[in-house]
Amino acid sequence: MATSSHHLIDFILSQADTTLILSHRNSEWCGHGPILEQDIAITNIALDLIGQSRNFYQYAASLMGNTDEDQLSGMRPEREFKNLLLVEQPNGDWGQTILRQYLFSQFQYLLFEQLQLHKDEQLAAITAKALKEIKYHLRWSSEWVIRLGDGTQESNLRMKNAIEALWRYTGEMFMPAEYEKEAGVDWLLLKDAWTKKVQAVFDEAFLQIPNNTFMQSGGKTGVHTEYMGYILTELQYMQRAYPNCEW
Amino acid sequence: MNYDHTTGTAINEGVIMGYLEEICDPEIPVLSIVDLGIVRAIHLKKDIAGDIEIEVVITSTYTGCPAMDMIATEIRVMLATLGFKKITVTQSLSPAWTTDWMTESGKQKLNAYGIAPPDKRFSIPEDGVACPQCNSLHTKLLSEFGSTACKALYQCGDCKEPFDYFKCH
Repeated sequence: MATSSHHLIDFILSQADTTLILSHRNSEWCGHGPILEQDIAITNIALDLIGQSRNFYQYAASLMGNTDEDQLSGMRPEREFKNLLLVEQPNGDWGQTILRQYLFSQFQYLLFEQLQLHKDEQLAAITAKALKEIKYHLRWSSEWVIRLGDGTQESNLRMKNAIEALWRYTGEMFMPAEYEKEAGVDWLLLKDAWTKKVQAVFDEAFLQIPNNTFMQSGGKTGVHTEYMGYILTELQYMQRAYPNCEW
Repeated sequence: MNYDHTTGTAINEGVIMGYLEEICDPEIPVLSIVDLGIVRAIHLKKDIAGDIEIEVVITSTYTGCPAMDMIATEIRVMLATLGFKKITVTQSLSPAWTTDWMTESGKQKLNAYGIAPPDKRFSIPEDGVACPQCNSLHTKLLSEFGSTACKALYQCGDCKEPFDYFKCH
């Protein structure tokens, strides 16, 4: 297989892993949301993300041969997972979950806007379809960032704490891994557009983008934070306990 | 099987589509999969023995819709029960499903069932979607997310009933 095919597969797997892990994190809120409507909202988003994840895994499996979505999500070790560090961070309080979702949805929206025009037709089809859902996630999460930032003293403080905890994981989104360098994405344009959008929402929410933050990276190449092992232990339990079981 | 058992009509795409109108969406049983616009194409060809091979192309509403596998199974079971032997159900992603593909009769059935149908004036859900119970426009958006991925939650200010709105997508 040509190097370019390997790179495309790794890129698709990184999208699959990121959506799977964020879906898992969001699903941890099921039955624990602050009020029923928002419990339903965050789990709806989890459902959309797992749908996207399945599309990516199924496509990667078809290119790789001899594997399937269950093997790829349920049997790969931590070092092979290429998800962003941001999405594996713990839920924390509602503010931290909201901020994680917003920072990611804003990124995913702009990334998929580019990918829907990708020369690979299936990748274009998956991302074009996902974009329709991401619009909801983005609107919902940005409204929440504003509501909490421009809310009470306490909710504003919680959002500041969330920024403190999560901002260091945002730099990695725009640092292309080896397999992303020819993915047909303009990473500089993406970073610029993302920063402007986040700035506008933060302005409205009375929040600030931190200066000179050290940016942690590694997720895209399988070097994860300590939380990842715990997530996989739970997420992969069924497939490892009962190999080849199906959804 | 080359002819419909009851009418004697030769099997064509339209006849197959008629059969599929009997299959309901598992989440919204008042709508058929044809009403929803999930069935995108039917391809027929005859094999060497003269038996009809059917391919049904379906698309998912939302990517995470858990009903898709069940719908694919229901299509296979129904066509097999009717006597067809070679059936494949394939899923397509492009073009992405849109509520524009929902039939007019589907929208009426939704409304009668108590779910406000997609309305272009509310492509982004906001207050004022007509209440399917009493037609009041004095309604309030409670949540952009509802009991399934495709719906938002509302409450009517006049009859006080909560209701779902099938979002434009």
